[in-house]
Amino acid sequence: MTQEYDVIVIGAGVVGSMVARFLSKYKLNILLIEKESDIGMGTSSANSAAVHAGYNAVPGSNKAILNSKALDMWPQLSEELGIPYERCGDYVIAVNEKNLAVLENLMERGRKNGIPGMELISGEEMRRREPLIRPDTIGALWAPTGGISDPFTATVAAAENAVMNGVTVMLNTAFEDFLMEGNTITGVSTSQGDFSCRWVVNAAGLFADEVMHKAGVRPEFVIRPRRGEYLILDKADFQLTQNTILFPTPSSKGKGILVASTLHGNVIVGPNANFVDDKMDKDMTREGTEEIWSGGKKLVPSVNRKHIIAEFAGLRATGNAPTPNPEIDYQQDFIIDIPSEVQGLVNLGGIESPGFTASPAIAVRVIELLKSAGEDLIEKSDWNPIRQAPPVFRHLDKHQQAELVAKEPAYGRIVCRCEMITEGEILAAIHSPIPATTYDAIKRRTWLGTGRCQGGFDMPRVVNILSEELGIPPEEVTKKGDSSPLLYRRTKDVQQDHIVVEDLI
Amino acid sequence: MKSNYDVIVIGSGPGGLAAAIAAKENGADDVLIIERDIELGGILLQCIHNGFGLQLFNEDMPGPTYAQYYIDKVKDHGVETLMDTMVLDISPQREVFAINKDLGYLDLQAKAIVLAMGCRERTRAQILLPGARPAGVYTAGTAQRFVNVEGHMPGNKFVILGSGDIGMIMARRLTIEGAQVERVLEILPYLSGLTRNYVQCLLDYGIPLQKHRTVNRIIGRDRVEAIEAVTVDEKWQPVPGTKEIIPCDTLLLSVGLIPENELSKKAGVLLDPITNGPFVDDRFMTNVPGIFAAGNVVQVYDLVDWVTEAGFTAGKGAAQFALAEKLETGEEIPLKAGENIRYVVPHKLDKNHLAEEQVRLQMRAITPIEERVLVTVEDQNGEVVAKKGEPYARPGEIITLAIKPKAYEAVQKATSLTVNVRKR
Repeated sequence: MTQEYDVIVIGAGVVGSMVARFLSKYKLNILLIEKESDIGMGTSSANSAAVHAGYNAVPGSNKAILNSKALDMWPQLSEELGIPYERCGDYVIAVNEKNLAVLENLMERGRKNGIPGMELISGEEMRRREPLIRPDTIGALWAPTGGISDPFTATVAAAENAVMNGVTVMLNTAFEDFLMEGNTITGVSTSQGDFSCRWVVNAAGLFADEVMHKAGVRPEFVIRPRRGEYLILDKADFQLTQNTILFPTPSSKGKGILVASTLHGNVIVGPNANFVDDKMDKDMTREGTEEIWSGGKKLVPSVNRKHIIAEFAGLRATGNAPTPNPEIDYQQDFIIDIPSEVQGLVNLGGIESPGFTASPAIAVRVIELLKSAGEDLIEKSDWNPIRQAPPVFRHLDKHQQAELVAKEPAYGRIVCRCEMITEGEILAAIHSPIPATTYDAIKRRTWLGTGRCQGGFDMPRVVNILSEELGIPPEEVTKKGDSSPLLYRRTKDVQQDHIVVEDLI
Repeated sequence: MKSNYDVIVIGSGPGGLAAAIAAKENGADDVLIIERDIELGGILLQCIHNGFGLQLFNEDMPGPTYAQYYIDKVKDHGVETLMDTMVLDISPQREVFAINKDLGYLDLQAKAIVLAMGCRERTRAQILLPGARPAGVYTAGTAQRFVNVEGHMPGNKFVILGSGDIGMIMARRLTIEGAQVERVLEILPYLSGLTRNYVQCLLDYGIPLQKHRTVNRIIGRDRVEAIEAVTVDEKWQPVPGTKEIIPCDTLLLSVGLIPENELSKKAGVLLDPITNGPFVDDRFMTNVPGIFAAGNVVQVYDLVDWVTEAGFTAGKGAAQFALAEKLETGEEIPLKAGENIRYVVPHKLDKNHLAEEQVRLQMRAITPIEERVLVTVEDQNGEVVAKKGEPYARPGEIITLAIKPKAYEAVQKATSLTVNVRKR
């Protein structure tokens, strides 16, 4: 047993990172463990980046309550942590009478969830606000509380702020089992050894069911991942008239395929929702691509296939937990509780949409749960809620750019020319509180390689920078952790078995 | 450094180098090349294979040698150069805003600009390749940079998708470096690149090319482990029963090049949706007065020699514009793509220009014709004003035809010209 912690958080996605950040306010010794090579590589790395308006979830469910609560937190959170966030509002589009009836229901749900400012607008008004919308739109639900953010930055910012406030983060550290004395959790064993603690927070996302089963909790709870595929359009080629999220009228299958602005300036189209068996299966499929493209095109007919520059898929951690209130018939709610079967577990599970939106409110709920369990949480006098975002060259005006480069010349070398990411930003990511040590870790922090050339030009340069800064040979630089090398060997360094002489003659 | 120039050239590949040289030779005093990489030459520097210079020098040179000839000339001519410098923005008034580590933010004014940013490669997302997203999926040009400039092998066992020239050249290069190239797959029924590259890079090295076949799925979570290949029908739909798993650690993509015009758009330059390059006249001036474009930024060429020639034309025009603050043009008539022609560059012809010199037209065929063809330039009445025979027409190979000054009289009567390629 190596070290004594008060709290160990399993999983450094946006939820685990927010939990660690909010808990870092108190005099607690906290360890945040993550099985991957970087934080935020699971569900947090691939979603719609939407801060949901709050009218979708079933009233009275954890999803509804926490979505609504989090909406009040986002402005301050974004300010404190330097997370891009714009409350631009969203729309649900109706094209027939049946759709309009659904919008009425959504409006009613929103009212019950305490969502302010919702409005039903006419098709004509919708076309005025977004002329690119499908021409047969006959009405829309407008929800000013909807917004867009950046889940990568949110995860990084929360985890960095946690580290600033004394939280220890261990990457490449996979949870293996609980250490128990009787029914009391005394620690966790991981791929990097055993660690003792008084509390464990299960924020394992897609794997939360497996983690709680190890403690003998909720054996009936199962996460069945639902994959969502996305397409990203070139910002130079296609833009919505203003930043917003456009949803079709939802069906039994879910919220449907949206067309939305991102705060990186691109338009995103997706997701579909298909159950998969493998919790790592983030494959794009031929059928899925067609499905989301036709969905997006229905909503905004002028989108053009030629403008697609990126494709990716993410997995929703869809569970089967009923809402705590037995009077509410809903079977896919978040689990957020302290189970009675064991001592020392705060259990989070089934955190799918609106999980990103709700993440700060989930963190606050975890604190309330710990307090209610008798934990004497004492605030630190020196807690610093502010995480300064590093400079982003492309967001500065020319005078600020000139000033920055004069002060720090590395910001004067553009490495990623599509997204205008500078060497200064890459160096800042490598030397940040949670150092970016892989290509994708730099990509998530700086947005490099996400543009129309998809890293074709920057990658050789980034490999050299990582090699130099980390003091490792280029062959050891990876895309996303140990088993994903980018390069294999020096040229001329040919092993005998590589050459089949007959083939060359 | 100065902040006012006669001509600023953006990019120092073959088009940019030639444009700077021609600008100097045609009277521009202050000529500046801005290059984002740390040395002049552009993508030629990673093209260490031969095949460059056959048209202009009647000599077979490797890319860096070809580039060096013009780099030396640029230096002899006293062209200023700024390396490791990125142009951030240009305006229709020909202001150029750039950034450099040591010089900081640069605010420059040019009398004329030559855009020579070249092109970029299409990526997996642009062809919507299904499957996982592991390490080991590279565009052929990125792999070429890793191997030829950085000295690293991006894989040991390759499948190459697309029979573009860089892909075929990399198939040979990787084989020479001891890698195994399992297959080149081409979704089209014909080759995308030059026949000579097929012969010299694939046939000579025993690398199989399979047409009408593509990648159906990329397999491998962290690093590529295999790809699933599939045969497609005429509509590019998978044919049942034709799947094959090919184990490999790397997938190279050679699936097309796109002129890089994001900067051009910022200055209001209009692009041709077919070439993805600017609409240009026969001096390679865009719709924005004083902004010229040369090389792969205009259309994707198959031979570097033509890029150099285009650079010369654009550089000369830019110098003339810079000296006169405008360009004297006569009546301009459109050049249109006719039968079996996908596009023609330039997009229009100045009738008076023909009095001074010949005007070279370059075009690509839509479908291959594997027998003798006649390329014709016809006026609105179907009168042939120029023609040329070719042994065949292939989409992968640019067709070049010059309208000679002797056609001056015939062109004077024309209101438009259409180019066709037909069986003889």
